[in-house]
Amino acid sequence: MIRIPTLRLGEEYQSLDVTEVKDCRTGEVLAEVSTVNGGIVRRDLTFQIQKGREALKKFTVQQLMDISKKAADIFMNGTVPCGDTMQSAEDYVKTLSKTSGLPHNMCRANMAKVFEVMDDMSTILKGLTRSLDLSVLDKGCIVQDGVGISYTCEADSLGVVLPSNSPGVNSLWIPALILKVPVVLKPGREEPWTPLRLIQCLIAAGCPKEAFGYYPTDHDGADSILNYCGKGIVFGDKSTTDRYKNNLNIEKHGPGYSKIIIGEDKIDDWPELLDELVASVSKNSGRSCINTSGIVVPRHGEAIAKAISERLAEIVPSSVDDEKARLSAFANPAMANWIDSTIEDGLKEPGAIDYAREARGSARKQEFEGATYVLPSVIYCDSFEHPLANREFMCPYVGISEVPQDQMLEKIGPSLVLSVFSDNEEFIGSMFDFRDAGRLNLNLPTTYVSWDQPHEGNLFEFLYTRKAIQVVR
Amino acid sequence: MATTLDVAGSAEAREKLDIHLRETIKWHFSEETGCNFWLNWKKEAGWDPVAEVKTFDDINKFPHFQDEWLRDVTNDEWVPKKFKGKPFKIFETGGTTGIPKQRIAWEDHLHDYSEFSDTLEDEYFPKGGNWLMVGPTGPRRLRLAIEHLANVRGGSCYFVDMDPRFVKKLISEGHYDMANKYKQHVVDQALAILKNRPISSLFTTPKILEAMGERCDIARYGIKGCFCGGTSMTPQLLRFLQEEVLGPNGKLVPTYGNTLMGLACSEDNLVESGYNVIYHAPQPRAVLRIVNPDKTEDLVEYGEWGRVELTTLTKEIFVPRFLERDEALRCEPTERWPWDGVGGVRPFGASKTKIVEGVY
Repeated sequence: MIRIPTLRLGEEYQSLDVTEVKDCRTGEVLAEVSTVNGGIVRRDLTFQIQKGREALKKFTVQQLMDISKKAADIFMNGTVPCGDTMQSAEDYVKTLSKTSGLPHNMCRANMAKVFEVMDDMSTILKGLTRSLDLSVLDKGCIVQDGVGISYTCEADSLGVVLPSNSPGVNSLWIPALILKVPVVLKPGREEPWTPLRLIQCLIAAGCPKEAFGYYPTDHDGADSILNYCGKGIVFGDKSTTDRYKNNLNIEKHGPGYSKIIIGEDKIDDWPELLDELVASVSKNSGRSCINTSGIVVPRHGEAIAKAISERLAEIVPSSVDDEKARLSAFANPAMANWIDSTIEDGLKEPGAIDYAREARGSARKQEFEGATYVLPSVIYCDSFEHPLANREFMCPYVGISEVPQDQMLEKIGPSLVLSVFSDNEEFIGSMFDFRDAGRLNLNLPTTYVSWDQPHEGNLFEFLYTRKAIQVVR
Repeated sequence: MATTLDVAGSAEAREKLDIHLRETIKWHFSEETGCNFWLNWKKEAGWDPVAEVKTFDDINKFPHFQDEWLRDVTNDEWVPKKFKGKPFKIFETGGTTGIPKQRIAWEDHLHDYSEFSDTLEDEYFPKGGNWLMVGPTGPRRLRLAIEHLANVRGGSCYFVDMDPRFVKKLISEGHYDMANKYKQHVVDQALAILKNRPISSLFTTPKILEAMGERCDIARYGIKGCFCGGTSMTPQLLRFLQEEVLGPNGKLVPTYGNTLMGLACSEDNLVESGYNVIYHAPQPRAVLRIVNPDKTEDLVEYGEWGRVELTTLTKEIFVPRFLERDEALRCEPTERWPWDGVGGVRPFGASKTKIVEGVY
């Protein structure tokens, strides 16, 4: 069993309170994680955090990008400390799989996503800053294209309350370090591994340890991380994110409700889009907020539902080391029970059919090799108002409904990613004024991410504000 | 039934408890001295506690004391006849909505705190030094008790009130920002007194102590000792308060107590025990037992978790077998307190459900 300490701005601390992290299949305790009280978090963020920013300011942005690149390689191939043991990349994949329920290939896919960000930080920062000359963060002010430019950092640190179900989201906080802002992380209860490994890789690559807080903690501590760091990011369900809805210093990453809409001009050719539809719903086991949870079409809804169901029927539980695995287990079986019963309750409301049920010919919730799985659901709803038409669950799930093209935008509500399949210029044009989409993917799956196009908030604009500057020449 | 461990002095303590129990029962169930509530109860119960209760094992003949009685029965009904005409103090507990639970008292709280004073080290709680109490004052026993503690040690006590009923209301209605503002308002007042008056000892709750520590170096204001209570404290929280908030030159003395029991004491070994505090009730005035929650007449074995049950035995009040809203480990007697202790006190059911307790 691994003992994982708290990192108080780089310094290890072993709390008297520990949380056990278990293998979701066998119940074996894999780690004891030092869990601190909120008071420790508040104290460190009140009295110590300035050290982290001071340490980062000694580096140039370019040096920090080089560190990130080196850390990316270590992350993929190296062996770094993990509590009281050392962890290779392969150990990481296996352990992450045991506690998150993700099969090995999905762990590696998430790993690759994080690697991509760390390895190609200049592209990421170019997207975040719209090609700003980043030496401005080293020098304080610069002249670019004849214009004086200066930025002020709005936070002593960035606090991030991470989820347990999606290791890939750790890619979101790494650019903060390159922008010279320390990070204070609360790992998800079942996923202490990824943030800790990333921290250790970055330290091994030369990043100052004072720039990292790693605080496994309770609700009080998580709340303190969000409120005491100058800026915060929280991942959670709607009830969690709603708590901070009026706080502009906290970026909320709740359910995505990402959707696909198909225009009149392409709907009759829908079979040609089937690959994109299936990928959008099922990639990464449907766990991401960028997975499609709703498809809205002018017609052919039932036919699309049947066709997707047949394709998704191939997705069944498989061994963790199956390289073709497409379905993740649930670390917490209670979550699987809740999803299954919520969908069943929704189906009792007239007007919805789960076409996947017929296609798979077996129960939605299944046990396999000691773990609990929720198989895909494809629900055709006779109206977008049906309770299952616009839901999101942490599994392959999609509600399909028919809405006339000219009513789509007024009906569909917020979408983290909105994929539009159409070549109709007028229809596409109306999308640019649509405020309720974080990312617009034109004729691409919702799961397609280009790193120079940040969605769900721009980290640079979140952390820095432009300052007017005038200098005597 | 679990057995009770004998240590040096436990037989004497047991005998003393039995004698005290019989005297208390006689007092509360005799027409000349008892209060209306218990005398009427006896008539309805159909048995005579004076005749039937001889040792503490017989306490199980009583049903559990119902805390609603403290809300629904008027205060005069609890006055022992011998105290008739002697004005009483009214101490309240709970009461977020509606009429709060009340107990009446004359001097019980003074006995408890005089006795507790003897356990405090002069180095950290200097004789003649002034105290600051930051916590629930108002109609609470604690306010007078802390003042008495300061007085018996030769000092005076300053107060900053914190109304837990208001905080509970704010939290239950989701006004977290306002709850935090209120906490800061309390801390502001406490710091103003610390900065401008000579204070050497502090009583406060864990949350307020933490919050004060975020605003200043408490030791720099002359605080050497802090007596802390009001909510349960995990070993980690105790460690944090001692090591980081008070620092190496300060002394944290945690307590477990309430309006019905008074104050339970613990050994002066916070650090050495790994912050696992074991409390001992002020026996024979109060007895704490750790009982099987499903069969509350039985004690659990030593080292096992059970529900905390309190019996209070004073001339001012008789409270048999009151089930506290806490669970704890049953701990062995010590030479200093040769009767069972309670350790790891936490809200009842904490191991099964998440309980939000952070009101104080």
